[in-house]
Amino acid sequence: MRNILPYPVLTAALTVVWMLLNSFSLGHLLLGAVVAAGASRAMTALEPSKPRLRRWQLIPWLCGIVLIDIAKSNFAVASVILRRRARSPGFVSIPLELRDQTGLAVLACIVTSTPGTAWVEYDSATGELLIHVLDLVERQEWIDLIKNRYEATLREIFE
Amino acid sequence: MTHAEALPAWAALLTAFLVLVGASLTLIGAIGTLRFRTFFERVHAPTLGTSWGTGAIVLASSLLFSVLGSRLVFPELLIGVFVSITTPVTLMLLARATLYRERSEIASAAAPDLLEDPGDRPT
Repeated sequence: MRNILPYPVLTAALTVVWMLLNSFSLGHLLLGAVVAAGASRAMTALEPSKPRLRRWQLIPWLCGIVLIDIAKSNFAVASVILRRRARSPGFVSIPLELRDQTGLAVLACIVTSTPGTAWVEYDSATGELLIHVLDLVERQEWIDLIKNRYEATLREIFE
Repeated sequence: MTHAEALPAWAALLTAFLVLVGASLTLIGAIGTLRFRTFFERVHAPTLGTSWGTGAIVLASSLLFSVLGSRLVFPELLIGVFVSITTPVTLMLLARATLYRERSEIASAAAPDLLEDPGDRPT
């Protein structure tokens, strides 16, 4: 099984993408599955690290809070831009305990997609993450946000 | 837009609202890019367009065609997924390049002979 389908989750995801782009029918399911199986076999050449999902039940919850947080910070950043009010941009350094590569990649997507925070640098040796915050009022608040709200959930999912 | 008259009012209003929200956020992001003065501030403005700017327009499109075709259509959601997983790549490249430049400027101003590599490697 491992030799035929080295990455079952990737194959399933690619099949769903194929059907989303075409149509949900038996023909496209078969065609998409063949293409996805081929593509995921090609992935073995890249030898990606295999993510282990420990508690996938938390994923919808994480998506929910991230979407709400992004909506909130959209309005926060929009009001900073429109009102031209004084802001205090700055860097925040956050010590991360999350080591899983997939988890870090998801965290990077979250931090970057949220207006007002930008992922600048991650040092894998020390686990230090540097982010830039557009309106930095309370440094500890941002550290708590990343660590308690996102990192804790991501560690539960991936580690 | 050939079947616009077949669209119920609630769907038309919701679609219009979502498109307006998405377009406004993207416009505000563009204004912010012009208004901010430093690189690291500027980096934040376009994310309005790549987050709910894209999101709202994608939702509007999905809603409109789902109602018109009386079935769920959401290939648009893939746009949202791909935008949000590819933005960090460009952003990190730009941010790290800027950081590197600023650090080497500081280092060369302080000690011209001891220009050090900041010593961090992409992971």
